[in-house]
Amino acid sequence: MSNAVSTAEKSSMAAAGGPVGTRGYKGGGLAWLTLPALVVFVVFAIVPLVGVIILSFTSWDGIGAIGSAGLSNWLSVFSDPGLYNSLGLTFLIMIASWLVQTPISLLLGVFTAGSQRYRAALAVLYFLPLLLSSAAVAIAYKALLDPNFGLATGLGLPLLAQDWLGVPQLAVGLVIFVIAWQFVPFHTLIYQGGVRQIPKSLYEAAQIDGAGTVKQFFSITLPQLKYTIITSSTLMVVGSLTYFDLIFVLTGGGPGNSTRILALDMYLRGFRANLMGPASVIAVVLVVIGLVLALFLQRLGGKDKQSSQLEGL
Amino acid sequence: MKQSQTSRRSFLALAALVPLAAVTTTACGTSGPGSSSGGGASMWYLTGEPNQTIEQKAVDAFNSANPNNKISTTFFQNDAYKTKIKTAIGAGQAPTIIYGWGGGTLKAYAEANQVDDLTSWFDQNPDVKNKFFPSVFGAATVNGKIYAIPNQYIAPIVLFYNKELFAKAGVQPPKTWDDIMSLVKTFNGMGVAPFALGGQSRWTSMMWLEYLLDRIGGAGVFKAIFEGKPNAWMDPAVIETGTKIQELVSADGFIKGFSSITADSNADQALLFTGKAAMMLHGSWTYGSMKKDGQNFVQNGKLGFVNFPTVAGGKGDPKNGVGNPAQYMSISSKASDAEKESAKKFFKDGILTDTVLTAYVNTGSVPIVNGIEDKLSTSADKDFLNFVYDMAKNAPNFQQSWDQALSPTAAEALLNNIDQLFLKSITPQQFAQNMNATLGK
Repeated sequence: MSNAVSTAEKSSMAAAGGPVGTRGYKGGGLAWLTLPALVVFVVFAIVPLVGVIILSFTSWDGIGAIGSAGLSNWLSVFSDPGLYNSLGLTFLIMIASWLVQTPISLLLGVFTAGSQRYRAALAVLYFLPLLLSSAAVAIAYKALLDPNFGLATGLGLPLLAQDWLGVPQLAVGLVIFVIAWQFVPFHTLIYQGGVRQIPKSLYEAAQIDGAGTVKQFFSITLPQLKYTIITSSTLMVVGSLTYFDLIFVLTGGGPGNSTRILALDMYLRGFRANLMGPASVIAVVLVVIGLVLALFLQRLGGKDKQSSQLEGL
Repeated sequence: MKQSQTSRRSFLALAALVPLAAVTTTACGTSGPGSSSGGGASMWYLTGEPNQTIEQKAVDAFNSANPNNKISTTFFQNDAYKTKIKTAIGAGQAPTIIYGWGGGTLKAYAEANQVDDLTSWFDQNPDVKNKFFPSVFGAATVNGKIYAIPNQYIAPIVLFYNKELFAKAGVQPPKTWDDIMSLVKTFNGMGVAPFALGGQSRWTSMMWLEYLLDRIGGAGVFKAIFEGKPNAWMDPAVIETGTKIQELVSADGFIKGFSSITADSNADQALLFTGKAAMMLHGSWTYGSMKKDGQNFVQNGKLGFVNFPTVAGGKGDPKNGVGNPAQYMSISSKASDAEKESAKKFFKDGILTDTVLTAYVNTGSVPIVNGIEDKLSTSADKDFLNFVYDMAKNAPNFQQSWDQALSPTAAEALLNNIDQLFLKSITPQQFAQNMNATLGK
C-alpha cells in the first residue's frame, strides 16, 4: 500500500509539473522504460476493467455458470434507490473528508517542515497512524466506542457515551472522523515534503520586505504548494471512492444503509448477495467517476503545466 | 512534441492512481490455502470457544490415528467465514471440507456442482447415516440427494434471562407478548436494559422475526415464503410481526446502542451475564460461551431459559422451535480423489466420536446423535440440555434459520431490510413489500 502510494505520488508529482529542467526525452529510444509500468497497468487495471464491463452484462452468482443478462443489470441497478443513496453518501464522505483533511494536513505539514527538534518529535507522534492497517484502526475504534463497554463508560465521561456507530447521522460523522485520523498523517507528509522544497530565499526576501508569518504563509507557502495541494486532493478524492476496509469493519455499511458507500455497496451485492452482475455495474460506475474526477483535478493544475513556479530564481 | 509528452505523463499518473484505487478495494481477498501433501484434506472452521477447541481436538485425534489422511484446519470468524467460503468456492479455491448450515446456501453449491453428492456413500455406510437424528438430513438434502453430513449439535433459539435480576424485580419470565412489554417497563424502570441484542450482525435481530412470525401466523407463513409462493411476504402476519418489533424498539426494549453491537464480539452475552441486560434471545450455543466467559454466572445457576412466549390470538404452536437443526460438512467437488478419501474417512471416524460427543455435552450442547439421552441426563448441565433436547424433540415444526434456508440473494436482502426495520427507517408495510420483491430470487 505505502509503496503504491509513493509511486503514485511520484508520478503524479512529475505530471503535475514538478521542477522540469533540461532533461527532456530525446526521441523514442527510451520508450521501453515505460514497459514495466505498462505491463502492471494492463494486468492490474485494463484486464480487470474489461472483465468487469463484460460481467456487468451477465448474471452470475459467483459460484455457478455465467449466463448472459443483456442490459437487465444496468436497468435494475439504476432503478434501485439504493444506488443513489450510496452515490450521495460517497460524495458526502468525499467532500467532507477533503474539507476536514486538507486544512489540518496543510497546517501540520507546514508546522512539521520546520527544523526545530521539538517539531520533529511531535511529527513522529502525528505520523503514528500511518503505521496501522485500516482493519486494526477500525477494530480499535469499535472497541473504544462501544456504547456499553467502551472508553466513555470506562472513564465515566457521559458526553462521550453516545451510540456513535448505532445512530445513522453520528455513524456518518464518525466514519469521516476516523478516515481523517487515519489519512491526515499521509497528507501531512506530502505537504511537509512540499514545504521543504520552497527555496528559503523567498522567505528571506519577504522578511526584508516586512511580511509577517501569516502574510508569508498566504503569499509564499500556499501559492508554492499549488501542485502539492492538487496531488494531495487527487489522492484524497480518488481514494475516498474506494474507502472500504475501514467502513466495512467499523459499521458494515450500517446502521441500516447509512454508511453504505459505493465500494461497500458493490462488495455487499457481489459477495454477500451473490449478484456479481449488478456489483460489476457499480464497479464500472466507480471507475467512470474516478477517471472523471482525476482528469478534472489534473486540469485544475492549468493547461500549461510546464510553466515554472520559480520564475527568476 | 512537448504537449504530447505532458499528456503521456498525465496518462501514466492516472495509470498509477486508478490501480491504486482498485487495489484498496480488492486487497481484502487472500488466496486459499494450498493443497496439502500426502492425501491430506483441508477444513475451514469457525473461531470462538468452546467449539473451536473441541473441533481442533477432534481433528488432532483423527490425525494421530490416521497419519496418512491428515486434515489441516484453518479458523475464521463466523461473519467473515460466510463470505469467505462463498468466494473461495467460486474461485475454485475451496477447502476439501466445506462447513456450513445447509439449506439455501448448500442448494446453491449443489446446483453449481461445487459439492459432491454423498447419497451413495451414505447408502454404503448405513452406520454413519443411522447415527444421526433422522430429521437433521432435511437441510442437507437438495432435490432428493444428500450433499452434506450433519455434524455437531442442534441449536434452537432460546430466550435466556438473568435469574438474579428477575428475583430482584420480583417478576416471572415472560409467557406472552404482553408479559414481554410489561417486563420492558419494569426493567427500564430499574435502569436495566430489558434485552441484549447484537444488532450489527443482523441475523441476531432476525431471530426475533423468526419466532414472532411463527407465533403470530404459524409455521405455514414462512413455508410459503420458502417455497416462493406469490405474495407470500404480504401475509398480514408479516406486517403484524414488523409492527410488534417496532413497538418493542420504541419502548426501549433493546439495549442502547444495539445496532452497533456485533455478535462476533460476544458483547451481547456479556451484557446478560454482567447484569446490564435482563434477557436475551439467542442460539443455544451461547450457553457454552457464557459458561466459559461468564465467571460462574452459568455454574451458579443464574442463567434462566424459556421457550419463546406466545402472542395473543396467534396461530402458531407454542412448542414450535426455530434455529439450526445441525451444522453440516460437504466435500468440495474440486478436491483431489486422495483429499476426498481423507475427508470421507474423517466423516466416518472423526466426526462426533465418543470423546467429541462428551466434550459437546460438557459445554452445554446437544449433539445430534441417537441415544444421547443418557449422556445428557448425567451431565452437570442436564437442566439446559434436557430443555434443548425436549424442545427439539417435541417441536411440531422446527424451522431452520431463515438466512440459511433462503437463497444467498434473498437472505442478504432480508438481513438488510431487518436492519432497517429495527432502526424504524422503513415501515412494516415497506418491509413486506421489499421482501416480496425477492421471492423466487
